[in-house]
Amino acid sequence: MQFQLEKRPAPSRTMRIVTPFAAVALTMVLGAIVFTLLGYDGLAAVREIFFTPLTNSYKWQDLAVKATPLVIIAVGLSVSYRANVWNIGAEGQYIVGAIAGTGVGLLTHTMTGPWIFPLMLLAGIAGGAAYAAIPAFLRTQFKVNEILTTLMLTYVSVQLLNYLVFGPWKSPTSMGQPQTVLFSADQSQPYIIPGTIVQVGTPIAIVVALLVWFVMSRSVFGFQVRAVGASPAAARYGGFSANRTVWLALLVSGGLAGLAGILEATGPFGRLVPQFPTNYGFTAIIVAFLGRLHPLGVLIAGTALAITFVGGEVAQTTIQLPFAAVGIFQAMMLFLLLAGDIFVRYRFKRSVPEATRAAA
Amino acid sequence: MTLDLIIPIIITLVGASTPILLAGLGELVAEKSGVLNLGVEGMMLIGAVITVAVVLLTGNHWLAIICAAGASAAAALIFGFLTLSLSANQVATGLALTIFGTGFSALFGQPYTGKAVPLFRSPFPPELAADPVWRVVFGYSPLVYFSLIMVVAVWWFLQRTRAGLILRAVGENDLSAHSIGYSVIGVRYLAVAFGGAMAGIAGSCFPLILTPQWVERLTTGRGWIALALVVFAAWRPFRLLAGAYLFGLVMTLEVYAKAAGGGFRVLPSELWAALPYLATILVLVLISMRRGGSSSAPACLGKPFLPTG
Repeated sequence: MQFQLEKRPAPSRTMRIVTPFAAVALTMVLGAIVFTLLGYDGLAAVREIFFTPLTNSYKWQDLAVKATPLVIIAVGLSVSYRANVWNIGAEGQYIVGAIAGTGVGLLTHTMTGPWIFPLMLLAGIAGGAAYAAIPAFLRTQFKVNEILTTLMLTYVSVQLLNYLVFGPWKSPTSMGQPQTVLFSADQSQPYIIPGTIVQVGTPIAIVVALLVWFVMSRSVFGFQVRAVGASPAAARYGGFSANRTVWLALLVSGGLAGLAGILEATGPFGRLVPQFPTNYGFTAIIVAFLGRLHPLGVLIAGTALAITFVGGEVAQTTIQLPFAAVGIFQAMMLFLLLAGDIFVRYRFKRSVPEATRAAA
Repeated sequence: MTLDLIIPIIITLVGASTPILLAGLGELVAEKSGVLNLGVEGMMLIGAVITVAVVLLTGNHWLAIICAAGASAAAALIFGFLTLSLSANQVATGLALTIFGTGFSALFGQPYTGKAVPLFRSPFPPELAADPVWRVVFGYSPLVYFSLIMVVAVWWFLQRTRAGLILRAVGENDLSAHSIGYSVIGVRYLAVAFGGAMAGIAGSCFPLILTPQWVERLTTGRGWIALALVVFAAWRPFRLLAGAYLFGLVMTLEVYAKAAGGGFRVLPSELWAALPYLATILVLVLISMRRGGSSSAPACLGKPFLPTG
């Protein structure tokens, strides 16, 4: 008896939803095996990374904090990837968003008022969007591939951050430390649940996901993005400009990455430091795919990836597993998800070999 | 400028150019067969960390390079299996490979972090390279000579051999190649594995020529520059050589700007560090302006092969 792949008439909706969960489950199984082979306690690694953050309620606030930037960035990326625009430089837009917002913060540092924090957020969005506008301009004007430009600009943004915190923006009271001044109370994210570390960024992330879901499913813009992404030729025939879609995709994904950046700077960090880039922009790529480029899927996937970050920190202290292991688990998830895509487009069919059929 | 200044600059330039040249050659062959592998950076990191481990354990540079090539080729085959056998999205899978390589190298490299790795020095007798002028000819690591041989070898293979012709046919028109009876998937697997091996050897250059130790993310985005370089070279090996050395020059300026004072100090060191990446963007713009939008990319680049539609 043999199995054969048969192309489905239409991609399976069920499989699209089932495969991400299967990929995570399979990652645990394979991860346990691989890390046992590498000489670690594989089962304990999976337990600490995937389950401890969920079973210990005092870890939940950490999950919210880690999931917030991942969800905000990945929601933007999913819009971009739907349009077939490969913005992989969200990390750079995240950094520049934080820089732009901090710039406003430094200008308003001696002032008070409830308008300061929202203004910083707006500056963050504008900064991220402006930084993503560079690849948008180069792609639409000169047909330069956005994969390479967005990534190159990420390396440039790290240097810009270093220049500022080691140079003109260095706090005069930092005693030589490369860091900006601490944000004032009016410049920091308000806490929303007393006694926890959960700040206003978390509800913002949820609102962003819901808003983008609504826009993508209900508006002409959403339809345009999906149409251009699915078939550029047909979309052009329908009167949608491919260039406009490239611009919108990059501005939305860049702006949201910038928002995540300034929220992170005014929240967990409290100031800009050279250690500010923490690869959320790259991890968000996994979140976007694991969430099936759907804002609601991204909410779940962002939480799943946040679990691995928090769990990775737990495993570091409890079973001395190096934090880099988290990266391997995350890459495995993406590999398995992409492999699982075959079930979305194909199904297995039991086939009877020719010889048996002839004999019968 | 005096000779004392020019010669070290040339030596640094050649060293900086070699990894992007090697990785670029591997990616060029893969792309010629129609496969876009964005995992170069990850495969380079795997190659670099394996090199450090093997050199520190055995002291044998050649063995280390072979192991690096093997490990990165194996990683490339994971990518190959997903994109070729399961026709997964090449962009996403390549990114996954880079994320995997970054994580793997960080984990695997931990015991070796910061330990000094003996450099892989010139294979020629030291007397030959004693004279400063002859150093420019005989003073390099074997990896440098290997990279130059590979430029000619890849050109000869693609332009002058039957196998090279088949590989190009697969990249230009996979359906025709398939209907004549060539195995499109088989050719692409080989091309992807070659690309991986070359990226692994490119990774070896970092601990063996450039910075003789392991630190996380040792390759600092050079794999991405190698990808840009292939576009810059219009998929031609000798133009890749020219491009790699041009980028090598930019990266060398960065090194000297940090070390030397004087005129270089006018600009902040961070700007010099950003220069290779800015130069890459500028070059990409110039290329597409000159070509007026018509690309010389292989026709099937990045598209999955689906014989039954």
